[in-house]
Amino acid sequence: MVTNQSVLILGARSDIGRAIAHTFAGHGRPIVLAARRAADLNVDVADISARYQVAASAIEFDVIDGGATRFFDSLPELPDVVVMVAGLLGDQAVNEVDQDAAMRVMATNYTGPACYLLEVARRMEARGSGAIVGISSVAGDRGRRSNFVYGSAKAGFTAFLSGLRNRLAAQNIQVVTIKPGFVATRMTAGMKLPPALTAAPQEVADATWRAVTKGSDVVYVRSVWRLIMWIIRSIPERLFKRLSL
Amino acid sequence: MDRTGDTPVIARGAARSYGDASFGPGLTLDMRRLDHVTAFDAASGVMTCEAGVLLSDVIRLWTPRGWFPPVTPGTKFVTIGGMIASDVHGKNHHLAGSFGDHVISFRLALGDGSVATCSRTENVDLFEATCGGMGLTGVILEATFRMIPVRSARIMQETQRAPNLAAAMDLFEAGSERTYSVAWIDCLATGAELGRSAVIFGDHASPDDFDSDARSAPFSRRTPNKRRIPLDFPGFALNRASVSAFNKLYYKRQAPGRRLVDLEPYFYPLDAIQDWNRIYGQRGFVQYQCVLPLATSRDGLAALLTEIARAGDPSFLAVLKRLGRESFGLLSFPLEGYTLALDFPATDRTFGLLDRLDDITLEAGGRLYLTKDARMRRAMLEASYPRLDRFRAVREQYGFTTRFRSALSDRLGL
Ligand SMILES: Cc1cc2nc3c(=O)[nH]c(=O)nc-3n(C[C@H](O)[C@H](O)[C@H](O)COP(=O)(O)OP(=O)(O)OC[C@H]3O[C@@H](n4cnc5c(N)ncnc54)[C@H](O)[C@@H]3O)c2cc1C
Ligand SMILES: NC(=O)c1ccc[n+]([C@@H]2O[C@H](COP(=O)([O-])OP(=O)(O)OC[C@H]3O[C@@H](n4cnc5c(N)ncnc54)[C@H](OP(=O)(O)O)[C@@H]3O)[C@@H](O)[C@H]2O)c1
Repeated sequence: MVTNQSVLILGARSDIGRAIAHTFAGHGRPIVLAARRAADLNVDVADISARYQVAASAIEFDVIDGGATRFFDSLPELPDVVVMVAGLLGDQAVNEVDQDAAMRVMATNYTGPACYLLEVARRMEARGSGAIVGISSVAGDRGRRSNFVYGSAKAGFTAFLSGLRNRLAAQNIQVVTIKPGFVATRMTAGMKLPPALTAAPQEVADATWRAVTKGSDVVYVRSVWRLIMWIIRSIPERLFKRLSL
Repeated sequence: MDRTGDTPVIARGAARSYGDASFGPGLTLDMRRLDHVTAFDAASGVMTCEAGVLLSDVIRLWTPRGWFPPVTPGTKFVTIGGMIASDVHGKNHHLAGSFGDHVISFRLALGDGSVATCSRTENVDLFEATCGGMGLTGVILEATFRMIPVRSARIMQETQRAPNLAAAMDLFEAGSERTYSVAWIDCLATGAELGRSAVIFGDHASPDDFDSDARSAPFSRRTPNKRRIPLDFPGFALNRASVSAFNKLYYKRQAPGRRLVDLEPYFYPLDAIQDWNRIYGQRGFVQYQCVLPLATSRDGLAALLTEIARAGDPSFLAVLKRLGRESFGLLSFPLEGYTLALDFPATDRTFGLLDRLDDITLEAGGRLYLTKDARMRRAMLEASYPRLDRFRAVREQYGFTTRFRSALSDRLGL
């Protein structure tokens, strides 16, 4: 990888997005932070440029605004690495009775990110280089009663990334799927998570850095999750439907 | 923050203080998320950052650029806010003073929704009360301080053996121009050998001090050599016995002579043991750190060491340090003289011993370090911090007594 490759973080205020931004900046990469209320990110822009002496900027971004074309037109240049971090866990119980809430979860985790990444893919293909990273979730590996609105949207996103990788493999464009497992972030604050299965945001960032530099395809941040999800996927549906997972 | 002031709050940085300073009867504010660097001026070395920025980040990112914190405690896992609130001192206090001496200004949340900028010319009363004020005069949000230029990531270390306390003190006085100095006292020694120690001086190395092949990369870090880490015990084996073993090993490793060492093992030997501080929490350790004025140091230190040796447990090792002049901070710990820091297991017997050490300290006109204290009595505090009344007056004046409270302030009536 060339060291001046710029990195765009979509959903940069998230704990995972911040850690990824710092990690790539620490390796000398210029950073563009994209998030809602981007003006609030000025402290992060100053922080990143002071710490790592790289160029940094912030730009307004809403993953469900249907404005991907406009968004990328407004960028001074197409970044070399694009990381989609935006996502929304929502509340499963609410999602079951409130369609607007459910739609928001689906749009924020699947249709929104997919539309943005389609636009990125088109432009990277035209240029002939680039790397696309999607932060998906192990929740998409099998729908479960505890979070299947979120999980199904992540499943859609995972399938999308898989197809996109297939589509772009011959074009020298890398597509990475990151499946973090539990991560201690704002999203999971207050939940009781088993420490052995819970990663710090920095671990997700390190895994993302390694995946991009090594050219990996699908990454489980803590490898134990690969095993856990393999077991969960192996349970016959007849039994699975009675379980409380 | 609760603006009505009903619920008291106290800030917490990295929770590296040993006692009851960073929690209390009300809310604890976790400052670690306030961790942005605002600006750094490479011409002057002046840094502005939020209070939750970790010193370890500053060192990791700025040392390779030729800048080092002006003062550093014995662990790098502290926040800038915590360093101001304890007005920390390092091995260079005799020349550099405490951290507050290098702070230009900070922004302080007063707990009523307002934020005051404090410096030597603006809100001076708050500036003086907050440096060393243990979080009891508002929440530091952001600080501006001066870093020092360094020419490498190494220290030229020189170790000398002192056969007894008087010899150790003579070495300190003779080495008053050396940037860093500290002594590890072997508490096994008694009688004529009382205070037998290794006195370790250090100066920032320049590339000229390096072998010719290393001269071109003065900031490169050697890959950590396992044997350089003082202890290879697995985490589960870390108990009281291994801590004292660490101390003994550390002492024994200090062979006399000059050598180049990396910054990190020089300044932060304990940081090499992951989460070592948990040992203290779980197994119940107390730190004891006192300072004695120069005039009474010789006799006072001898009395302290004699008392410790008499108590029987020979496993302890004490750290001795010459401090420079007193700081402007109303509750700052440093005093021109000598400071002694010790680890003890928290047993009943220990607490009896510590009470006797208190008496010796007080009689010598010395005092205890609040950030390491969990047990001092109010009378001792009042007898040994002469500007306490001014500190209390600032707390009253700004309505801080009900707004900012910690277990420490409740215990000592701060
Ligand atoms: C291994 C080890 C070695 C040490 N060596 C030294 C040494 O050589 N010299 C020395 O001086 N100290 C030393 N210390 C003590 C340490 O430097 C201080 O306790 C320091 O204050 C810890 O910083 P912290 O961020 O962990 O603060 P905490 O422990 O979280 O808090 C300490 C105090 O600072 C206040 N505080 C924290 N952040 C803020 C803020 N933003 N605004 C207002 N108040 C705040 C808290 O309320 C509390 O009163 C050592 C500690 C350890 C564990
Ligand atoms: N934490 C976990 O256990 C875990 C596990 C697996 C996967 N993940 C995934 O990791 C990613 C980051 O999550 P996190 O844990 O770091 O939690 P987080 O802090 O809640 O991050 C979610 C981010 O998505 C952004 N977002 C939500 N809706 C948006 C919209 N309409 N437009 C633009 N951005 C929007 C949020 O932006 P605002 O800052 O503007 O609110 C927020 O920064 C998510 O995709 C999440 O699904 C997390």
